[in-house]
Amino acid sequence: MYTRDRMPVLSVSHLRKLYGTTPAVEEVSFTIEPKETVGLLGPNGAGKTTTINMILGVLEPTAGSVSIEGIDVTRRRTQALQRTNFAAVYAPLPGNLTVLENLMVFARMYGVRDRRMRVASLIEQFDLVRFRDTKCGVLSSGEQTRVALAKAMLNEPHLLLLDEPTASLDPATAQDIRARLRAFTQQGSGGVLWTSHNMLEVEQVCDRVLFLSHGRILLEGNPRTLPAEHGKGSLEELFITVAREPLTLDA
Amino acid sequence: MRFSRTLALLERQWYLLRGSPTRVVPLFGFVVIDIVLWGFITRYLDMTAGGVDFVTSLLGAVVFWDYCVRVLHGVTMTFFEDVWSRNFLNIFASPLTLVEYLGGQVLSSLFTSAIGLLAMVVIATLLFGWSIGAYGLMAVPFVLVLFLFGVAMGVVGAAIILRFGPAAEWFVWPIPALIAPFGGVYYPVSTLPGWMHPIARALPVSYVFEGLRAIAAGQAFAPGSLAMGAGLAALYVVAACWTFARVYQHAVRTGLIARYSAETIT
Repeated sequence: MYTRDRMPVLSVSHLRKLYGTTPAVEEVSFTIEPKETVGLLGPNGAGKTTTINMILGVLEPTAGSVSIEGIDVTRRRTQALQRTNFAAVYAPLPGNLTVLENLMVFARMYGVRDRRMRVASLIEQFDLVRFRDTKCGVLSSGEQTRVALAKAMLNEPHLLLLDEPTASLDPATAQDIRARLRAFTQQGSGGVLWTSHNMLEVEQVCDRVLFLSHGRILLEGNPRTLPAEHGKGSLEELFITVAREPLTLDA
Repeated sequence: MRFSRTLALLERQWYLLRGSPTRVVPLFGFVVIDIVLWGFITRYLDMTAGGVDFVTSLLGAVVFWDYCVRVLHGVTMTFFEDVWSRNFLNIFASPLTLVEYLGGQVLSSLFTSAIGLLAMVVIATLLFGWSIGAYGLMAVPFVLVLFLFGVAMGVVGAAIILRFGPAAEWFVWPIPALIAPFGGVYYPVSTLPGWMHPIARALPVSYVFEGLRAIAAGQAFAPGSLAMGAGLAALYVVAACWTFARVYQHAVRTGLIARYSAETIT
């Protein structure tokens, strides 16, 4: 039995999703421990976003289960999502509301205490003070990403899901965001599931990576040692092999 | 259920309204135009068909029916805000429950439809001498039944849009026009051919408008028929919410929530 402190932040067990007869995710199982950042890697269409959508409860698995701190997402969705948040490039906040308005609305939705203070603090942390009263729709994609990340931090989540969070950021901003997210896991007890196509970033940020291909986890391990274990010079080289020739990998 | 989460949707609608005159004007613009048009029609009918008070009966029907339609619009427009801003993922991946989400739409509609009702009452009273006081306190339960039925129509409309995509809005806007002829909104149910009577009796609005006409004409009104209308309206609200929940479950199962811009998942 896990105690509350030692319980995984996220437990995904035998997750499967079929669209008709086409499998999108097959028998995916993994956990994320407190303070751990796990990278979910794979080529386009590998099943990363499908997996994230099932964790968020917006896509029903065909089989398997997802628990956030031991709470089953399907059975107790609200309680599970109360301690979860996410940011994704394909889910920007409404463009017809200002940064402040969006954050205030979502802070209320997530039941954030002292929401004015929390929102003001996040606006400052994510360097959004000058855009406070600007509608999100007129912000650059990088600025919108920062707003989405601020929203993702509103409820001080125990599980943070980030789908390519730095995809549209310039290198300096991306580095700054990575540092903030590292601080999030180091200072608190939350865990992070991170998808990215930037392998250097993954090496920097992730404690562990999972390689998905055709909906299955092919490899799992430390991003700094995994390439050598499979005879590759870098994580990028390993990624390309997983994407193009998954059957050639050593077991 | 947590009321604060429902309030988040109301807060969102408030921000949208205060920052957008194009959202504010329709709250009262179209209904005022309707009242002015029907006000002159009823005035003309009063002049030609001496002795009959069309202002109270017919203009009153227009005011109350337009209110019911405004409730439908209030619910569906709140839903459309999430459609237009592609916000489903942010909304449905939050702790918000379906009841809280629908509750937010209803609460928002309560306020926006009240603005429309107030505008109609003011214009009908000032320009055409119509008086809501002619119905006495009975106006309150009648309005409540119409509100409930408007909510039911709105939630069904939102379910249609969720299931078939944004283009399906053209199935939603004509719903009141389909119901009005059967509901005896502008004329007694007895005017309708026999085959339409069972449909009229299944619609709560028929009890409301029969009752309103009876009161306007100074005739006796059976409270039991109001109770029937209220019971039916409550039943329709439950059925509409159940329908929305089923459509939502389908959308979660097929992946439509996450990929709503595709409109259908095949």
